[in-house]
Amino acid sequence: MISPAILVEHVTVHYGEVLALDAASVALEPARICGLVGMNGSGKSTLFKVIMGMIKPDAGTVRINGQSPSRARKQGGIGYVPQSEDVDWQFPLSVRDVVMMGRYGHQGFTRRASKADRAAVDEALDRVELGPYAGRQIGQLSGGQKKRAFVARGIAQGATTMLLDEPFAGVDKRSEATITRLLRELASDGCTILVSTHDLHALPQLCDEAILLMHKVLMHGPPEVVLQPENLAMAFGLDVLNSELPEGNVPDRNVPAPGITAPDLTAPAAERGNH
Amino acid sequence: MELLLEPLGYDFMVRALVTTALAAVVCAVLSCWLVLIGWSLMGDAVSHAVLPGVVLAYIVGAPFALGALVFALVAVTLIGVVRNTSRVKEDAAIGIVFSSLFALGLVLISVTPSQTDLNHIIFGNLLGVSIPDLIQVLVLGVVAFAILILKRRDLTLYAFDPIHAHAIGLSPKRLGALLLGLLALTSVVALQTVGVVLVVAMLIIPGATAYLLTDRFSRMLVIAPVISAVCSLAGIYISYYLDTASGAMVVLTQGVVFAVVYLFSPRQGLIGTRLAKARRRKAAALAV
Repeated sequence: MISPAILVEHVTVHYGEVLALDAASVALEPARICGLVGMNGSGKSTLFKVIMGMIKPDAGTVRINGQSPSRARKQGGIGYVPQSEDVDWQFPLSVRDVVMMGRYGHQGFTRRASKADRAAVDEALDRVELGPYAGRQIGQLSGGQKKRAFVARGIAQGATTMLLDEPFAGVDKRSEATITRLLRELASDGCTILVSTHDLHALPQLCDEAILLMHKVLMHGPPEVVLQPENLAMAFGLDVLNSELPEGNVPDRNVPAPGITAPDLTAPAAERGNH
Repeated sequence: MELLLEPLGYDFMVRALVTTALAAVVCAVLSCWLVLIGWSLMGDAVSHAVLPGVVLAYIVGAPFALGALVFALVAVTLIGVVRNTSRVKEDAAIGIVFSSLFALGLVLISVTPSQTDLNHIIFGNLLGVSIPDLIQVLVLGVVAFAILILKRRDLTLYAFDPIHAHAIGLSPKRLGALLLGLLALTSVVALQTVGVVLVVAMLIIPGATAYLLTDRFSRMLVIAPVISAVCSLAGIYISYYLDTASGAMVVLTQGVVFAVVYLFSPRQGLIGTRLAKARRRKAAALAV
């Protein structure tokens, strides 16, 4: 049996009187991509914070590759891609500056970049196909490019566990496909990836497994099963069936989404990178 | 040239210029982070709240910086406590705490028999900088400057993405505390120059001005101190020849330069961006 890359055992978290996580348990094997599905306020961000060790749970334990979160952080193993609304896009930093921040854990007191650091940053930028945009101020990227810049930060960091908060919010179909392909590549290189998302359509193409969260882990299994309408109804209430899944069924991962096969000409010009 | 050299004949003017230039540079470097994190109000608060610390240090004969640091810490703690344990929002908490501590400082000054003039602490005493004052400002200023520059990348990371800082094993709490400590130190440095009331200007205007001029933080760290130092020296010369309050003139000069940049910056300026657009349109028309 492989030891889990992310192990959350019976974790309970309260904010004052409010219960955010109720004895939640998750075991995620290495090199898997897992989608974390749940309503706003279902405890998704709390779970992320617990895994990163930003919140000490009232009860329960967390292990990253068998280590405590603080050990794992010190070793640079945990990469984090923030939600778009949590980032100050006006901040005067270039794409390269942001990716370089992934290297800080490997650097000395003043974080002066070595040749190896620069090479790692260049490689990460190439990998997410942002090489030509390295000098741009981060706010001047399209929605999908912004996400890829932060994924590149995790790659430059050498993260073996990546947490992505709503990576598909504000991203068009074409970039969604690009990000999906990128994350699948990272997973096949051995990176364990946990993705919180509202975008149920993207899940089956992206994820090996999915978790349905509503303070507790309601269900953890293959996305095709977790995303069955009757299961989703447990986490979202019944109205989700009409609002989120208009076709009434979930696309299969083996059937490519339209964005992957044909270039989506309706994508805004910014998304194709010519502004 | 004559105009520039004449004031240098007076020792007190030389000391004023050196102190101001140093304070201007240190404040400007710090201001780059303050304006980006949104801590301008915090800068205002801490720079006022150090007053009782400075007065108490004066009474017991301790270094000003120590008293200032202690009260900066007290202020920040109180603000946090009021915000977190009541329904009062942060801006109100900051206002309550800093004005109360400032008032406490004023009261302490009024009951302390001393040669230190109240006005000198409130509005600065640029032209009366003594040699020991100068040495203290030099030491504190150089220490604050060195730490800011050595830790600039960590501080920028803290300002931009504290969660990532945490995720890679750094402590955002410690970085925040470091920045607040440096804010307290810098306040003491600038206090001598422009006084408590106007310190906040030196802690905000240069960073804000530089932010309108560039998209690179590393360049902000050069532009802000250069602008600030030039404005400050210009302010002192102007005050020398027009016989106006020197600290106030320094701040006024910085304010005027900000206004010019705000209007004419090619990237962000109100008029500057329009001019650039018109120029592009003209070029496009010619190309057709």
